[in-house]
Amino acid sequence: MYDSIIIGAGMSGLAAGIRAAYYDQKVCVLERHYTIGGLNSFYRLRGRNYDVGLHAVTNFTPPGAKKGPFARLLRQLRMKWDDFGLSPQLMSSISFPGVELQFDNNIDLLRSEVAKEFPAQIDHFDRLISSLLDYDDLEQKHFEISTRERLQEIITDPLLVEMILCPIMWYGNPREKDMDWGQFCIMFRSLFLEGFARPFDGVRLILKKLVRKFRDLGGELKLRTGVSQIKIDHGRAVGVVLDSGEELTGKNILSSAGAVETFKLCETDEDVHAHTTGQLSFVEAISTLDTYPRELGHNKTIVFYNDSEKFHWERPTEDFCDVRTGVVCTPNNYCYDEKDGELPDGIMRVTALADYERWRNTNQDNYQAEKTKWFEAVQASAARFVPDYRSHVIDTDMFTPHTIHRFTWHENGAVYGATRKWLDGTTAINNLFLCGTDQGFVGIIGSIVSGISMANQHLLARS
Amino acid sequence: MTPAEIRAAIIEILETIAPDEDLSNLDDAKEFRDQMELDSMDFLDIVMELRKRYRVQVPEEDYANLVSMQSTVSYLEPKMADLPAE
Ligand SMILES: Cc1cc2nc3c(=O)[nH]c(=O)nc-3n(C[C@H](O)[C@H](O)[C@H](O)COP(=O)(O)OP(=O)(O)OC[C@H]3O[C@@H](n4cnc5c(N)ncnc54)[C@H](O)[C@@H]3O)c2cc1C
Repeated sequence: MYDSIIIGAGMSGLAAGIRAAYYDQKVCVLERHYTIGGLNSFYRLRGRNYDVGLHAVTNFTPPGAKKGPFARLLRQLRMKWDDFGLSPQLMSSISFPGVELQFDNNIDLLRSEVAKEFPAQIDHFDRLISSLLDYDDLEQKHFEISTRERLQEIITDPLLVEMILCPIMWYGNPREKDMDWGQFCIMFRSLFLEGFARPFDGVRLILKKLVRKFRDLGGELKLRTGVSQIKIDHGRAVGVVLDSGEELTGKNILSSAGAVETFKLCETDEDVHAHTTGQLSFVEAISTLDTYPRELGHNKTIVFYNDSEKFHWERPTEDFCDVRTGVVCTPNNYCYDEKDGELPDGIMRVTALADYERWRNTNQDNYQAEKTKWFEAVQASAARFVPDYRSHVIDTDMFTPHTIHRFTWHENGAVYGATRKWLDGTTAINNLFLCGTDQGFVGIIGSIVSGISMANQHLLARS
Repeated sequence: MTPAEIRAAIIEILETIAPDEDLSNLDDAKEFRDQMELDSMDFLDIVMELRKRYRVQVPEEDYANLVSMQSTVSYLEPKMADLPAE
């Protein structure tokens, strides 16, 4: 009998496991995939290391900072700032036709860019910053206010509204078109008031530290161990049935599989939450270059681009992908420590919106053909906003919404999960809880914080 | 344990919770919260460590005594006086 059973060995599940293990619980983390990491895992292909999702670790605060999610999670996981090995970004931009806003980890740069490009809006921009909700003020009722309405009240130039929304929606909006105000505030803080960084060795460094900590504390991690059912008896979860048919019993269950995904495991008759399933998924075109991007004149860390004045944040309905907007990430362009040196290769990663259904339903041959076609289209779109690197590509990889679903089992391959969030982590079943993406915090740091706080509130308080 | 030993024990616990923190300048009269930004979850961790390491129970209604080093040591003194020094 476990004190806590945790479903999923992504960032949130591992962090939750560490908390439970600190409190001497008998705890296991169950993961269906053969490896850890979930939406932010890593792999090796043709002799090169790849990260699944890592563009930037958001919420970056420098050593010594005591406030903010990153400082908080270090204390709760008893880790040192150095354990994450983070190096800050060089500089990023939001690029629209004819206008660009640059930003880095100090809000002053973005402020001066807004003052330069939108002189009439700078006071409004300052007002926006002072009206953001704090991480601690997030309650369901403020959370779901319309961000577009709220922004239009404060910022009177529609182009600036779209330019602010573009990076923020890209890095954490599960809803189409509009965004929850609570989610907007979290993301604005994590991108612009805190910042971007990356470990030289990629996400594997963070994941390996989390797993080691969990195991050293006596936690059990079981890979290739999918949960096919959560057993409910008289309104209580009593345990799980594994894909192998084996059963495990536990006092509390915490799931990072997603809300709809978790409710489906309960096999209750009502599928009440199906309409909240997220619709937004991505393709990512990863190119290895024969040179470093800076040799081509590219010195930015992340470029969020959009090719018209209006930013469209929707699932593509007409085709496999929508390449009007995208994100270009250049892992080389961080201020790495001198002792680390350079990454072995120049890398450009470009993300675009994609339609899960089309990628899912096409046959095997056509899937490859579409991948090749859209790889080109995504790169061509990005080449309008960053130096054209296409003649320098020596190796490529691409994942689609189908890939995301296949390795994480998230419905629709929806990277930011369901369109509503369960901020307190509770469900209709009183000892079954949610953490991670569908609790409300996304991203690497966000999901770790989610795992910690849900474990604290629901697993530890009851032991 | 003497008050000085209890203080050293608390410092050790704080060091595990916040490995980056420089505790040499800790002001015993000032609240932990203001000096180290500890939140309620961190206090729960202090309580847990006291239980694990010294079998000292701190009931929830007494958490308010743990605000500063001074108040923590005087609160723990009667509970830990009989424990042998480490
Ligand atoms: C392309 C891409 C780029 C990204 N870029 C960034 C970035 O630059 N910066 C950033 O901060 N974040 C980024 N993210 C987001 C970040 O990766 C996620 O928000 C975070 O990893 C979510 O963690 P989680 O623990 O909530 O969920 P997950 O990582 O999805 O964890 C859930 C786990 O549960 C497992 N699981 C599901 N069902 C079952 C079952 N039935 N039984 C057992 N196990 C199960 C899954 O396999 C998975 O491992 C990116 C994501 C993607 C996909």
